[in-house]
Amino acid sequence: MPPTINTNATSLHSEPVSSEETKDLTAFSCPVPLPARERILLGHGSGGKLSADLLQQVFLPALGNPVLDRLEDQAVVSVNGIQLAVSTDSFVVKPLFFRGGDIGSLAVHGTINDLAMGGAIPLWLSAAFILEEGLPLETLKRVVDSMQKAAADAGIQIITGDTKVVEKGSADGLFINTTGIGRVRDGVSLSASQARPNDVILVSGFLGDHGIAILAEREGLQFETQVNSDSAALHTLVGRLLEATSEVRCLRDPTRGGLSSTLNEIAASSRVGMELDETSIPVREEVRGACEMLGLDPMYVANEGKLVAIVAPTAAQDGLRALQSHPLGKDAAIIGHVTSDHPRMVVMRTPFGTTRIVDMLAGDQLPRIC
Amino acid sequence: MCLAIPGKVASTEVKDGIRTGRVQFGGITRQACLDFVPEAKEGDYVMVHVGFAISVVDKDEAERTYALLEAMGLLAEELAPDGAAPADS
Amino acid sequence: MKYLDEYRDARIARALAAEIRRRSSRRWVLMEICGGQTHTLMRYGIDELLGDSVDLVHGPGCPVCVTPLETIDRAINLARRTDVTLVSYGDMLRVPGSDTDLFHVKAEGGDVRIVYSPTDAVNLARSLPDRKVVFFAIGFETTAPAHAMAVLQAQRLGLKNFSLLVSHVLVPPAIRTLLGSPKNRVQGFIAPGHVCTVVGCRDYEDLVREFRVPIVVGGFEPIDLLEAIRMLVIQLEEGRAELENQYVRSVQYEGNRPAQEAIARVFESADRKWRGIGSIPESGLFLKPNYAAFDAERLFDLADICAQEPAECISAEVLLGHKKPTDCTAFGTRCTPDKPLGAPMVSSEGACAAYYQYKRHLVTL
Repeated sequence: MPPTINTNATSLHSEPVSSEETKDLTAFSCPVPLPARERILLGHGSGGKLSADLLQQVFLPALGNPVLDRLEDQAVVSVNGIQLAVSTDSFVVKPLFFRGGDIGSLAVHGTINDLAMGGAIPLWLSAAFILEEGLPLETLKRVVDSMQKAAADAGIQIITGDTKVVEKGSADGLFINTTGIGRVRDGVSLSASQARPNDVILVSGFLGDHGIAILAEREGLQFETQVNSDSAALHTLVGRLLEATSEVRCLRDPTRGGLSSTLNEIAASSRVGMELDETSIPVREEVRGACEMLGLDPMYVANEGKLVAIVAPTAAQDGLRALQSHPLGKDAAIIGHVTSDHPRMVVMRTPFGTTRIVDMLAGDQLPRIC
Repeated sequence: MCLAIPGKVASTEVKDGIRTGRVQFGGITRQACLDFVPEAKEGDYVMVHVGFAISVVDKDEAERTYALLEAMGLLAEELAPDGAAPADS
Repeated sequence: MKYLDEYRDARIARALAAEIRRRSSRRWVLMEICGGQTHTLMRYGIDELLGDSVDLVHGPGCPVCVTPLETIDRAINLARRTDVTLVSYGDMLRVPGSDTDLFHVKAEGGDVRIVYSPTDAVNLARSLPDRKVVFFAIGFETTAPAHAMAVLQAQRLGLKNFSLLVSHVLVPPAIRTLLGSPKNRVQGFIAPGHVCTVVGCRDYEDLVREFRVPIVVGGFEPIDLLEAIRMLVIQLEEGRAELENQYVRSVQYEGNRPAQEAIARVFESADRKWRGIGSIPESGLFLKPNYAAFDAERLFDLADICAQEPAECISAEVLLGHKKPTDCTAFGTRCTPDKPLGAPMVSSEGACAAYYQYKRHLVTL
């Protein structure tokens, strides 16, 4: 008999990121049909508003279903009573190798983390490669060895895969997609829609390391830095947290778009506001220096080995201690709280006690000169 | 305009007829052109805009003016330690 | 970070704000010229700290915002050419031209690249001898010396494939236009500290004398701006109109001589169009004729590209300080950072974008 597959989530059609902006956009572009002039921009992949628009205008109208509509980082489905988490992610980072990692280890960590954010123990990964004609074999071997090591360190296996080759010029060397399957821990139910007023917001450590490590290697911005990408598998850190407290509402890893995108997404999904304390947000000195030089805000810079946790107020101290007890969470901090004020808006209290909005970016953050 | 930030000159050299320096900004280092600040030497702080140093930070002036600001800050704190505005404002 | 962190001290900020509130007998109207200063004011909520004691108005301090529409169109035209690599600072990519922007051109296949420094553009030209590398050279006086050096370096290296599309604007003529307008409400100015680092203070002293308005040269950190505001308020309360320098750690009265020499060698001033404002006499820098080989305007056929500005955008009024971004009927609705009508909403330094990004929760739309 075929297994019963239960898509058990309540159909929670995801709210647009901010109602004002969506009202504006429909005035300019109707989802169906798309104006012929419209094209995909790099910003559509940046994790900010453009990415959210793409979901609303293209993917959800075509593919929407109760599981997909939840728009969590992983899909949770039930098979014969067992909760499985499934997640997929593609890795297109350039350069392929950077301080603290490479596209291979990133591809393993990234999907493990998406599963972990759903409270799942990662079990298996698939890996699909799109290779550019002319890619040196040595490069590919380096990447694959890195993947093997990352998987072994994380205790998971890559069980199936695929390879395609495209013509020179089409793929920036190498693209990887990994899809992961994990088993959701018993009794754990995490979702971006569960944040409630007075919940506490925690981050597991320094923000902005990955984005700055990558930028340092890009042409046109050259600077020397000792900053390493923080790329890491977070499932054991999550395990530590979930063992310490059962009152975790939501976990997310703030990748592209940075902490601000993640918090804005949760705020929108839960229809709550958030208030952050600028002085509590952990950023390394070097990352700060790079951001000052380029006119970037660390709140928008990508991370690949950090998590944001929204927990009940009574669980905050236990949660913080649990994170800090783990090597990947030793610099964890409480950075703010959820509020019923200004729903869907994330606000920051500056060191002067004044407030400013932490908005979602439209596309990519651009280095500025002014 | 314009974004210029202070950095410390870690070393200098002349390359292709241009004087450049390795300048440290809180933990990251970048090359900057020092041709506009011929007097800048190792250990000096310079204001760097788009990869060019446009001034040497005047340490004495900075110290002098900052001391006045600090005194103001301390005094205000003594008068209104919770950060509230003074009574006659 | 030394010379940065201490100018963000909360205790000193509160003390300065309290002093400003204490000394203001009326709500003085003050303007900061530079977009970077606007950014700081918004980011630290300085207006909130000052309450009603001062009315802060934002000036035309964003060279990205004031770059004329047709210059953007010309850059777009160049970026679309298959033999051209257009190199630009990040801010320019999202600024709308007449019908598109550089980001979209990049998406369509145009070779558009972002750099932090003009030196990187020169290096790019060296490494791509078969491409025509055009550097979109925008800015105030602060960036002009760096652009001058880029030209001189390219000349020294004998590069034949490097040119600048220049859109440089000068601040004092803009202030003169502003002060000369009957609608002007501004009573005191914070002069842009990095511009003055390069060109010195003389032009601003002339403005003080001509218009009897106090001007303080200010830095970019919150303490710098609060201190500059305090100095202006004291002058106004005492009925004085003088030039003062708050940013003494970087600005000398004479400015930076080697930088000024570099500018004078390569550039000359002439009338320039400002987006949304129109032509301001002697307000722009252009490459001298003997550097024609590095002037994209001369090298490429661009003269036919002209543009009309959209009606609803009140950039001009905002840039001149007559109106606040929130006075615009399109602010936050038809004009947002995602779909900007005008440059002040796109550039992260633009007043409209700063308001939108940091402050719109205080505005009832």
